[in-house]
Amino acid sequence: MTAEETATKTEETAVASATEEAPAKKAAAAKVSTRKLSAEELMRSFEEGQIKSDLPDVYVGDTVKVGVRIREGNKERVQPYEGVVIAKRHGGMHETITVRRIFQGIGVERVFMIHSPQVASIKVERRGKVRRAKLFYLRERMGKATRVKQRFDR
Amino acid sequence: MSIGILGKKLGMSQFFDDEGRAVPVTVIEAGPCRITQVKTPTNDGYSAVQVGFGDVREKLVNQPAKGHLKKSGEDLLRHLKEYRVDSTDGVELGSSVTVDAFEPGQKVDVSGDTMGRGFSGYQKRHGFSRGPMTHGSKNHREPGSTGAGTTPGRIYPGKRMAGRYGGTKTTVKGLVVLKVDSERNLLVVKGSVPGKPGALLSIRPAVRVGAKATA
Repeated sequence: MTAEETATKTEETAVASATEEAPAKKAAAAKVSTRKLSAEELMRSFEEGQIKSDLPDVYVGDTVKVGVRIREGNKERVQPYEGVVIAKRHGGMHETITVRRIFQGIGVERVFMIHSPQVASIKVERRGKVRRAKLFYLRERMGKATRVKQRFDR
Repeated sequence: MSIGILGKKLGMSQFFDDEGRAVPVTVIEAGPCRITQVKTPTNDGYSAVQVGFGDVREKLVNQPAKGHLKKSGEDLLRHLKEYRVDSTDGVELGSSVTVDAFEPGQKVDVSGDTMGRGFSGYQKRHGFSRGPMTHGSKNHREPGSTGAGTTPGRIYPGKRMAGRYGGTKTTVKGLVVLKVDSERNLLVVKGSVPGKPGALLSIRPAVRVGAKATA
Protein backbone atom coordinates (compact mmCIF):
# COMPACT_ATOMS: atom_id res chain seq x y z
CA MET A 1 0.00 0.00 0.00
CA THR A 2 1.40 3.39 -0.91
CA ALA A 3 1.63 6.32 1.47
CA GLU A 4 -0.92 8.24 -0.55
CA GLU A 5 -3.52 5.52 -0.11
CA THR A 6 -3.10 5.34 3.64
CA ALA A 7 -3.45 9.10 3.80
CA THR A 8 -6.79 9.07 1.98
CA LYS A 9 -7.94 6.21 4.17
CA THR A 10 -7.32 7.96 7.46
CA GLU A 11 -9.00 11.03 6.08
CA GLU A 12 -12.05 9.00 5.22
CA THR A 13 -12.33 7.36 8.62
CA ALA A 14 -12.16 10.80 10.19
CA VAL A 15 -15.00 11.95 7.96
CA ALA A 16 -17.02 8.84 8.77
CA SER A 17 -16.76 9.41 12.51
CA ALA A 18 -17.69 13.06 12.04
CA THR A 19 -20.88 12.14 10.18
CA GLU A 20 -21.76 9.61 12.83
CA GLU A 21 -21.43 12.18 15.56
CA ALA A 22 -23.93 14.59 14.05
CA PRO A 23 -27.09 12.43 14.45
CA ALA A 24 -25.89 11.35 17.90
CA LYS A 25 -25.78 14.99 18.96
CA LYS A 26 -29.24 15.45 17.53
CA ALA A 27 -30.52 12.52 19.58
CA ALA A 28 -28.92 13.94 22.73
CA ALA A 29 -30.55 17.31 22.10
CA ALA A 30 -33.89 15.60 21.65
CA LYS A 31 -33.45 13.79 24.95
CA VAL A 32 -32.90 17.09 26.75
CA SER A 33 -36.14 18.47 25.35
CA THR A 34 -37.79 15.15 26.40
CA ARG A 35 -39.21 14.83 22.90
CA LYS A 36 -38.89 11.45 21.27
CA LEU A 37 -37.60 11.30 17.73
CA SER A 38 -40.32 10.34 15.30
CA ALA A 39 -40.04 7.23 13.16
CA GLU A 40 -39.23 9.35 10.12
CA GLU A 41 -36.48 11.23 11.91
CA LEU A 42 -34.97 8.00 13.15
CA MET A 43 -34.95 6.53 9.66
CA ARG A 44 -33.39 9.68 8.28
CA SER A 45 -30.71 9.79 10.94
CA PHE A 46 -29.91 6.13 10.27
CA GLU A 47 -29.47 6.83 6.57
CA GLU A 48 -27.63 10.11 7.03
CA GLY A 49 -25.08 8.32 9.17
CA GLN A 50 -23.98 6.40 6.07
CA ILE A 51 -23.75 9.37 3.70
CA LYS A 52 -20.32 10.61 2.65
CA SER A 53 -19.93 14.35 3.02
CA ASP A 54 -16.74 14.78 0.99
CA LEU A 55 -18.11 13.95 -2.46
CA PRO A 56 -17.90 16.50 -5.27
CA ASP A 57 -21.03 17.62 -7.11
CA VAL A 58 -21.41 15.22 -10.01
CA TYR A 59 -23.67 16.13 -12.93
CA VAL A 60 -24.86 14.07 -15.86
CA GLY A 61 -22.42 14.53 -18.74
CA ASP A 62 -19.37 14.90 -16.53
CA THR A 63 -16.31 12.77 -17.08
CA VAL A 64 -15.38 11.27 -13.75
CA LYS A 65 -12.65 9.06 -12.36
CA VAL A 66 -14.04 6.65 -9.79
CA GLY A 67 -11.65 4.92 -7.41
CA VAL A 68 -13.00 1.39 -6.90
CA ARG A 69 -11.81 -0.63 -3.92
CA ILE A 70 -10.85 -4.13 -4.99
CA ARG A 71 -9.95 -6.89 -2.58
CA GLU A 72 -7.61 -9.64 -3.75
CA GLY A 73 -7.18 -12.14 -0.95
CA ASN A 74 -6.17 -9.96 1.96
CA LYS A 75 -4.81 -7.13 -0.13
CA GLU A 76 -6.93 -4.15 -0.91
CA ARG A 77 -6.20 -1.71 -3.68
CA VAL A 78 -7.96 1.11 -5.48
CA GLN A 79 -8.55 0.76 -9.18
CA PRO A 80 -9.54 3.82 -11.20
CA TYR A 81 -12.45 3.69 -13.62
CA GLU A 82 -12.96 6.66 -15.88
CA GLY A 83 -15.92 7.49 -18.05
CA VAL A 84 -18.93 9.69 -18.74
CA VAL A 85 -21.79 9.89 -16.26
CA ILE A 86 -24.83 9.01 -18.36
CA ALA A 87 -27.41 8.74 -15.58
CA LYS A 88 -28.04 9.53 -11.94
CA ARG A 89 -30.67 7.69 -9.94
CA HIS A 90 -32.21 7.86 -6.48
CA GLY A 91 -31.21 10.24 -3.74
CA GLY A 92 -29.77 10.30 -0.26
CA MET A 93 -27.66 7.29 0.64
CA HIS A 94 -29.15 5.28 -2.24
CA GLU A 95 -27.81 7.61 -4.92
CA THR A 96 -26.12 5.95 -7.89
CA ILE A 97 -24.31 7.10 -11.01
CA THR A 98 -23.97 5.14 -14.23
CA VAL A 99 -20.54 5.61 -15.78
CA ARG A 100 -19.96 4.63 -19.42
CA ARG A 101 -16.66 4.13 -21.12
CA ILE A 102 -15.41 2.40 -24.23
CA PHE A 103 -13.00 -0.36 -23.31
CA GLN A 104 -11.24 -2.23 -26.12
CA GLY A 105 -13.94 -1.17 -28.56
CA ILE A 106 -16.74 -2.41 -26.33
CA GLY A 107 -19.03 -0.12 -24.36
CA VAL A 108 -18.93 -0.76 -20.62
CA GLU A 109 -21.37 0.74 -18.13
CA ARG A 110 -20.91 0.46 -14.40
CA VAL A 111 -23.38 1.59 -11.79
CA PHE A 112 -21.80 2.93 -8.61
CA MET A 113 -23.55 3.57 -5.33
CA ILE A 114 -21.65 6.74 -4.61
CA HIS A 115 -21.97 6.46 -0.83
CA SER A 116 -20.74 2.86 -0.80
CA PRO A 117 -17.43 2.16 0.96
CA GLN A 118 -16.44 0.30 -2.21
CA VAL A 119 -16.21 3.65 -3.94
CA ALA A 120 -12.99 5.07 -2.53
CA SER A 121 -13.08 8.38 -4.38
CA ILE A 122 -14.83 10.29 -7.14
CA LYS A 123 -12.95 12.93 -9.09
CA VAL A 124 -14.54 15.11 -11.74
CA GLU A 125 -12.13 15.31 -14.67
CA ARG A 126 -14.25 17.35 -17.04
CA ARG A 127 -17.63 19.06 -16.88
CA GLY A 128 -19.96 18.27 -19.76
CA LYS A 129 -22.68 20.36 -21.34
CA VAL A 130 -25.72 18.25 -22.08
CA ARG A 131 -29.45 18.83 -22.53
CA ARG A 132 -30.72 15.52 -21.19
CA ALA A 133 -30.94 14.01 -17.72
CA LYS A 134 -30.18 10.57 -19.15
CA LEU A 135 -27.60 10.19 -21.91
CA PHE A 136 -28.72 6.78 -23.18
CA TYR A 137 -28.42 8.09 -26.75
CA LEU A 138 -24.64 7.71 -26.38
CA ARG A 139 -25.12 3.94 -26.55
CA GLU A 140 -26.04 4.11 -30.22
CA ARG A 141 -23.12 6.32 -31.12
CA MET A 142 -19.58 5.40 -32.02
CA GLY A 143 -16.25 7.22 -32.01
CA LYS A 144 -16.31 10.97 -32.42
CA ALA A 145 -20.08 11.22 -32.03
CA THR A 146 -19.84 10.12 -28.37
CA ARG A 147 -18.02 13.27 -27.39
CA VAL A 148 -19.75 15.52 -24.88
CA LYS A 149 -19.21 19.25 -25.20
CA GLN A 150 -17.28 20.74 -22.32
CA ARG A 151 -18.69 23.47 -20.12
CA PHE A 152 -16.63 25.79 -17.97
CA ASP A 153 -19.17 27.46 -15.71
CA ARG A 154 -19.28 24.73 -13.05
CA MET B 1 -34.77 -19.66 26.01
CA SER B 2 -34.05 -16.09 26.81
CA ILE B 3 -35.88 -12.84 27.11
CA GLY B 4 -36.78 -11.02 23.93
CA ILE B 5 -37.60 -7.39 23.32
CA LEU B 6 -40.59 -5.57 21.86
CA GLY B 7 -40.14 -3.01 19.15
CA LYS B 8 -41.68 -0.96 16.41
CA LYS B 9 -40.89 -1.45 12.74
CA LEU B 10 -39.60 1.83 11.33
CA GLY B 11 -39.10 0.75 7.75
CA MET B 12 -36.65 -0.72 5.30
CA SER B 13 -33.44 0.76 4.02
CA GLN B 14 -29.95 -0.15 2.96
CA PHE B 15 -26.86 -0.75 5.01
CA PHE B 16 -23.24 -0.99 3.91
CA ASP B 17 -21.66 -3.99 5.62
CA ASP B 18 -17.97 -4.54 6.43
CA GLU B 19 -17.21 -5.57 2.86
CA GLY B 20 -18.98 -2.52 1.47
CA ARG B 21 -21.93 -4.45 0.12
CA ALA B 22 -25.31 -2.76 0.21
CA VAL B 23 -27.56 -5.04 2.26
CA PRO B 24 -31.36 -4.67 2.47
CA VAL B 25 -32.24 -4.09 6.11
CA THR B 26 -35.17 -3.38 8.36
CA VAL B 27 -34.73 -0.73 11.04
CA ILE B 28 -36.54 -1.51 14.29
CA GLU B 29 -36.94 0.82 17.23
CA ALA B 30 -36.71 -1.73 20.03
CA GLY B 31 -37.24 -1.10 23.71
CA PRO B 32 -36.40 -0.04 26.26
CA CYS B 33 -38.83 -2.55 27.71
CA ARG B 34 -39.62 -2.70 31.39
CA ILE B 35 -39.89 -6.05 33.13
CA THR B 36 -43.42 -5.95 34.49
CA GLN B 37 -43.73 -9.42 35.99
CA VAL B 38 -41.51 -12.34 36.83
CA LYS B 39 -43.25 -15.71 36.89
CA THR B 40 -41.70 -18.49 38.91
CA PRO B 41 -42.57 -22.21 39.21
CA THR B 42 -43.53 -21.80 42.86
CA ASN B 43 -45.95 -18.98 42.18
CA ASP B 44 -47.20 -19.61 38.67
CA GLY B 45 -46.16 -23.15 37.84
CA TYR B 46 -43.67 -22.10 35.18
CA SER B 47 -40.84 -19.65 34.56
CA ALA B 48 -41.47 -16.59 32.42
CA VAL B 49 -40.68 -12.91 32.18
CA GLN B 50 -43.28 -10.36 31.15
CA VAL B 51 -42.06 -7.17 29.50
CA GLY B 52 -43.90 -4.01 28.52
CA PHE B 53 -43.27 -1.50 25.78
CA GLY B 54 -44.66 1.72 24.38
CA ASP B 55 -46.15 4.96 25.63
CA VAL B 56 -49.88 5.19 26.18
CA ARG B 57 -52.30 7.89 27.32
CA GLU B 58 -53.65 7.39 30.80
CA LYS B 59 -57.31 7.20 29.78
CA LEU B 60 -56.60 4.23 27.54
CA VAL B 61 -55.47 2.04 30.44
CA ASN B 62 -58.08 0.48 32.70
CA GLN B 63 -57.76 0.16 36.45
CA PRO B 64 -56.74 -3.53 36.60
CA ALA B 65 -53.97 -2.89 34.09
CA LYS B 66 -52.83 0.22 35.98
CA GLY B 67 -52.66 -1.79 39.18
CA HIS B 68 -50.60 -4.45 37.46
CA LEU B 69 -48.20 -1.92 35.93
CA LYS B 70 -47.79 0.02 39.18
CA LYS B 71 -46.03 -2.96 40.74
CA SER B 72 -43.04 -2.53 38.42
CA GLY B 73 -42.75 1.21 37.80
CA GLU B 74 -44.25 4.61 37.23
CA ASP B 75 -44.96 4.80 33.51
CA LEU B 76 -47.92 3.18 31.80
CA LEU B 77 -47.20 0.78 28.97
CA ARG B 78 -49.17 -0.08 25.86
CA HIS B 79 -48.01 -3.59 25.07
CA LEU B 80 -47.20 -6.53 27.32
CA LYS B 81 -45.59 -9.78 26.27
CA GLU B 82 -44.41 -12.84 28.10
CA TYR B 83 -41.26 -14.78 27.28
CA ARG B 84 -40.77 -18.28 28.64
CA VAL B 85 -37.36 -18.73 30.22
CA ASP B 86 -35.48 -21.66 31.75
CA SER B 87 -34.88 -19.80 34.98
CA THR B 88 -35.67 -16.34 36.27
CA ASP B 89 -32.43 -16.02 38.24
CA GLY B 90 -31.02 -12.53 38.07
CA VAL B 91 -34.12 -11.07 36.50
CA GLU B 92 -35.30 -8.08 38.47
CA LEU B 93 -38.81 -6.66 38.46
CA GLY B 94 -38.87 -3.13 37.07
CA SER B 95 -35.49 -3.33 35.37
CA SER B 96 -35.34 -2.69 31.68
CA VAL B 97 -34.42 -4.69 28.59
CA THR B 98 -32.62 -2.67 25.95
CA VAL B 99 -31.11 -3.30 22.54
CA ASP B 100 -27.80 -3.90 24.30
CA ALA B 101 -29.09 -7.43 24.92
CA PHE B 102 -28.31 -8.03 21.25
CA GLU B 103 -25.04 -7.82 19.38
CA PRO B 104 -24.11 -7.49 15.72
CA GLY B 105 -23.84 -10.84 13.98
CA GLN B 106 -26.36 -12.48 16.27
CA LYS B 107 -29.31 -14.33 14.76
CA VAL B 108 -32.80 -13.39 15.87
CA ASP B 109 -36.39 -14.46 15.29
CA VAL B 110 -38.80 -11.61 14.61
CA SER B 111 -42.55 -12.07 15.14
CA GLY B 112 -45.35 -9.77 14.17
CA ASP B 113 -48.64 -9.50 12.36
CA THR B 114 -48.45 -9.59 8.57
CA MET B 115 -50.07 -6.89 6.49
CA GLY B 116 -53.84 -7.38 6.35
CA ARG B 117 -55.07 -7.86 2.79
CA GLY B 118 -58.78 -8.16 3.56
CA PHE B 119 -60.97 -10.53 1.56
CA SER B 120 -58.63 -11.73 -1.15
CA GLY B 121 -59.24 -13.88 -4.18
CA TYR B 122 -57.72 -17.16 -5.24
CA GLN B 123 -54.71 -15.75 -7.01
CA LYS B 124 -53.48 -13.40 -4.34
CA ARG B 125 -54.29 -15.71 -1.45
CA HIS B 126 -53.20 -19.09 -2.81
CA GLY B 127 -51.30 -18.34 -6.00
CA PHE B 128 -53.86 -19.95 -8.36
CA SER B 129 -53.24 -19.32 -12.04
CA ARG B 130 -55.42 -17.02 -14.04
CA GLY B 131 -57.75 -17.98 -16.91
CA PRO B 132 -57.51 -16.38 -20.37
CA MET B 133 -58.50 -12.70 -20.35
CA THR B 134 -59.72 -12.73 -24.01
CA HIS B 135 -60.75 -15.05 -26.87
CA GLY B 136 -64.27 -15.28 -25.49
CA SER B 137 -63.18 -16.56 -22.12
CA LYS B 138 -65.19 -15.43 -19.13
CA ASN B 139 -63.03 -17.43 -16.73
CA HIS B 140 -60.71 -14.62 -15.66
CA ARG B 141 -59.92 -14.98 -11.96
CA GLU B 142 -62.18 -17.92 -11.12
CA PRO B 143 -61.09 -20.90 -9.03
CA GLY B 144 -61.84 -23.72 -11.51
CA SER B 145 -63.20 -26.99 -10.20
CA THR B 146 -63.57 -27.41 -6.44
CA GLY B 147 -64.05 -31.17 -6.54
CA ALA B 148 -65.78 -34.17 -8.13
CA GLY B 149 -69.56 -34.63 -8.61
CA THR B 150 -72.12 -36.81 -6.83
CA THR B 151 -69.30 -38.79 -5.27
CA PRO B 152 -68.28 -37.43 -2.80
CA GLY B 153 -71.07 -34.84 -3.17
CA ARG B 154 -69.30 -32.32 -0.95
CA ILE B 155 -66.26 -30.12 -0.92
CA TYR B 156 -63.41 -31.52 1.08
CA PRO B 157 -62.45 -29.52 4.14
CA GLY B 158 -59.35 -27.41 3.64
CA LYS B 159 -60.14 -26.70 -0.02
CA ARG B 160 -58.32 -23.47 -0.82
CA MET B 161 -60.79 -20.68 -1.48
CA ALA B 162 -61.06 -16.91 -1.35
CA GLY B 163 -61.24 -15.26 2.05
CA ARG B 164 -59.49 -13.17 4.64
CA TYR B 165 -55.78 -12.99 3.95
CA GLY B 166 -52.98 -11.51 6.03
CA GLY B 167 -53.13 -10.01 9.47
CA THR B 168 -51.88 -13.21 11.07
CA LYS B 169 -48.95 -13.67 13.38
CA THR B 170 -45.83 -14.75 11.56
CA THR B 171 -42.28 -15.37 12.70
CA VAL B 172 -39.32 -14.75 10.43
CA LYS B 173 -36.49 -16.90 11.71
CA GLY B 174 -32.76 -16.50 11.66
CA LEU B 175 -32.42 -12.86 10.69
CA VAL B 176 -28.93 -11.48 11.28
CA VAL B 177 -28.48 -8.38 13.42
CA LEU B 178 -26.18 -6.02 11.54
CA LYS B 179 -26.10 -3.03 13.84
CA VAL B 180 -27.14 -2.13 17.37
CA ASP B 181 -27.57 1.55 18.17
CA SER B 182 -28.11 1.85 21.91
CA GLU B 183 -28.17 5.64 21.73
CA ARG B 184 -31.30 5.67 19.62
CA ASN B 185 -32.60 2.21 20.60
CA LEU B 186 -32.29 0.91 17.06
CA LEU B 187 -31.86 -2.65 15.88
CA VAL B 188 -30.87 -3.16 12.26
CA VAL B 189 -31.63 -6.63 10.94
CA LYS B 190 -30.95 -8.06 7.51
CA GLY B 191 -34.04 -8.78 5.46
CA SER B 192 -37.72 -8.08 5.86
CA VAL B 193 -40.05 -8.50 8.82
CA PRO B 194 -43.85 -8.80 9.01
CA GLY B 195 -46.15 -5.81 8.92
CA LYS B 196 -46.04 -2.21 7.84
CA PRO B 197 -43.90 0.55 9.37
CA GLY B 198 -45.26 1.19 12.85
CA ALA B 199 -46.14 -2.45 13.44
CA LEU B 200 -45.40 -4.06 16.79
CA LEU B 201 -42.65 -6.68 16.66
CA SER B 202 -41.20 -9.16 19.08
CA ILE B 203 -37.49 -9.86 18.66
CA ARG B 204 -35.92 -12.88 20.32
CA PRO B 205 -32.56 -14.58 20.03
CA ALA B 206 -33.00 -17.24 17.35
CA VAL B 207 -34.30 -20.62 18.45
CA ARG B 208 -33.54 -23.51 16.18
CA VAL B 209 -35.73 -26.53 16.64
CA GLY B 210 -33.66 -29.58 17.49
CA ALA B 211 -30.62 -27.55 18.47
CA LYS B 212 -29.31 -27.60 22.01
CA ALA B 213 -30.94 -24.87 24.05
CA THR B 214 -28.79 -21.78 24.23
CA ALA B 215 -28.70 -19.64 27.32
